[in-house]
This record gives sequence, structure tokens and C-alpha cells, in this order.
Amino acid sequence: MSAKLNTREVGDVTVVDVSGRITLGEGSSAMRDTLRELVSAGKKKILLNLSEVTYIDSSGIGELVSGFTTVANAGGTLKLQGLTKRVKDLLQITKLYTVFDVHEDEAHAVRSFA
Amino acid sequence: MSSDTASNGILDRDYPSTLESVDTVEADVLKAAVDAGFGEDEQHGIGMAVRECMVNAVVHGNRYNKNKHVHVNVRKSANDFEVRIRDEGEGFDHSQVPDPLDESNVLRHSGRGLFLMGAFMDDVKVEKASPCGTEVTLSKKLA
Repeated sequence: MSAKLNTREVGDVTVVDVSGRITLGEGSSAMRDTLRELVSAGKKKILLNLSEVTYIDSSGIGELVSGFTTVANAGGTLKLQGLTKRVKDLLQITKLYTVFDVHEDEAHAVRSFA
Repeated sequence: MSSDTASNGILDRDYPSTLESVDTVEADVLKAAVDAGFGEDEQHGIGMAVRECMVNAVVHGNRYNKNKHVHVNVRKSANDFEVRIRDEGEGFDHSQVPDPLDESNVLRHSGRGLFLMGAFMDDVKVEKASPCGTEVTLSKKLA
């Protein structure tokens, strides 16, 4: 299953629920398009909920990094929440785990933007 | 899709230079990994390494050229499960690929594929193929 992304607002935080596979092609481009649209719309606090992501490849990792820098360059903050063990392991071996602000649950993540 | 007879090992076939081939080869090799007795985590690692290698072959090697193919050979010996993926591109010097873990490269958008192959497999060999292209051999020890 390719990636599906749904966006919702929790207070002043925009939560993006991502599910499926974030891989080269539709999955990674959907992520890129969504984040760019949010930045263009002036969203500054963006939380990616990755709890339903079943698979991510290096292209998907690249889109996470690009999203992180795109949001930061626009004066915003991108955070991650709900990493599966495999996604967490992947971010750790690529030394990206400490680059992102990662949270276990949504409530904690949303509060951290305050 | 042009294909060879599976005469040498588990799989021996040419695939077109498309993203669909990346998914197909990942699935074909995963099936072979299951049959070889690998556990779930090892299957995941093999699938990821194969996917990264196929993306490199299709995107960077053959550059989606419909006249070029990616050759995939999977074989199992007494000790090893081996996947060879060969493109028909111009080749590259893998020693010049920047280290994605270097502090200056960590935030780069791309350049992690070869590193991930090494992270998930026991051995990765990158060789110039004849008459052209690159052949990558991904090996995983059988339990």
C-alpha cells in the first residue's frame, strides 16, 4: 500500500497522519507535496504521526529530512511521533534520530510545541 | 519484460528499468528469502537492501532507459544467500560516494542507499560489469 496522508488540526498544531509505505514514487512525493502545501499555507507547527507507517526506504528518509529543513527554513518546526521499531531503528543507524524531535504519543508531542 | 530461464540458482531474470520492477524484484527476492528460512527481521533487511540496490540500478544506472534492463540473479549455497543485481549504466566509483553518516552529510536528501545495503547485509560487493554497468552482490549468511 502506498502512503496515505491525512491532515488535521489539534489546537495550533497541524498533525499529519501518515500510513502505508513511504518509498520512492508516490509515497515520497505525497509526503513532499503535503509538507510543501502546509508550509505554503503558513503552518509553523507540524507533527508527523508515523505510527501507521509500515515501511520506509532511503527515499522516504530523504523526504523526512527535506521536510524537516523546508519547515525549519520557513521558520517552523517539524516533529515526529509514533515511530515503529523499524522506522526508529532506521533513523538511528542513519544518525537522524537525534536530529528530529521524536515523541512517543500525540498529546506529549502537541504539548512540546508550546 | 524479457526474461532468462531460471537455470542457475533460484532466480535469473532481466527486468525493465521501471519503478514497478523495484517492487517486483523486492517481492520476488523476499519470497526466496522466506523459502531460504530467514526470520522476519532478516527478511525485512534483505528486502530493504534489494530495494535500495534496484532503485540505484533503475534510477542512477539505467536512468529509466526502456532499452536497458536490470539483471537479477538469486542463488543459495550451503552458507550464503546471494543476490546479484546488474545494470547497464555508465558505472560509478563507489569509493567516491560520500559517507552519509559524516556530520556534513547527515541532512542530505539522498545518498544513503549503499550504506543501508551494507547495514542490512553481511557483505556488499560493487564491481564494474562487462561490457558496461555495475554489478552489486548482496550476501547474507544462512543460519
